[in-house]
Amino acid sequence: MPIAIAFDSGGNAATEPWIKAAKPTYPCLIDRQHIVAELYDMVNVPTAVWIDTLGKIVRPSEPAGVTDAFRKMNHTDFSIPADAMSELQAKRKAYLDAIRDWVANGPASRFALDKTEVLKRMHTPDDAQVRAAANFRLGEYLFEKGHAAAAQKYFEEAKRLRPESWNYKRQAWALEDPMKPGGPEFWAAVDALGDRKYYPGAEDI
Amino acid sequence: MTIDIIYGEHVATGVDAESKDGELWLSAEDLKRISGWEFKPQGFCKGDVCVPVPDARKSEFVAGGRYNLAALANLLGQPVVTDAEHDAWCFGEAATERKRVLTSLDAPDFSLPDLDGKMHSLSEHRGKKVLLVSWASW
Repeated sequence: MPIAIAFDSGGNAATEPWIKAAKPTYPCLIDRQHIVAELYDMVNVPTAVWIDTLGKIVRPSEPAGVTDAFRKMNHTDFSIPADAMSELQAKRKAYLDAIRDWVANGPASRFALDKTEVLKRMHTPDDAQVRAAANFRLGEYLFEKGHAAAAQKYFEEAKRLRPESWNYKRQAWALEDPMKPGGPEFWAAVDALGDRKYYPGAEDI
Repeated sequence: MTIDIIYGEHVATGVDAESKDGELWLSAEDLKRISGWEFKPQGFCKGDVCVPVPDARKSEFVAGGRYNLAALANLLGQPVVTDAEHDAWCFGEAATERKRVLTSLDAPDFSLPDLDGKMHSLSEHRGKKVLLVSWASW
């Protein structure tokens, strides 16, 4: 059963057109407070977790079939060069094939990881990172109450405490201006990564 | 004064509280309702867990029939963020607790609405393999 979680503080207004277009046959839930991101330590989208029939995590939070190849995108016309497109398609296919293997084979699937491997790949937040989450949560609450400027103060602190979270950056930008999450500030932040990955761990299917 | 308190996945608005210098004093009833903790002879207890309060420091936690949720949160390692202008307090989960839960490998449950406002929980799907995927309009 897929369960899609929208990390969207903009709620229904932001998510409805996308969900309606997808015509999903599975639950699509709206997570304005980014609660699932806190629970599963997710810092970007799309991030997936695999949970078995006993409710145990068999793959901890990881980029879901996406890679850094998107960084070759042209910033003005959004075109992607052919070699990057091939890589994106190949990685997506590999991830979907892994899911299909798990659907067919359950615990026998080599993609359903054993406990040691799950723990090895799993990241749990430190004190600064849980403080970032509390700041984000307060910001979102203030935003919901109509205090957008005050909210941004706490979003900035969340970003400062957890700079590797693209969720904090891009959600806060989206609430300022819908164009900002994909605009010049975003690309500057991506370029500032240098050799560091936008989607760390995407290599390991 | 009245305060809005974000604690875990819930928000309690208009809570009657005394707040000064990083302290947040609540009634026993509000403490239990909002945080799940209550004060007993053994200390602060929630479910099977009790956390003792050092005698020498008791007055930081318990005074005048009220309980200092901020002091308890600090004891538990929870992050606390406040907005004085809007009388809002946010209590996050402690890093140690997040680690304890995640490393158990039990997938944490949650309950969120769909577009129609109907609530769905992860635990409803126990017995099926679940692919939990995040996305965003941004």
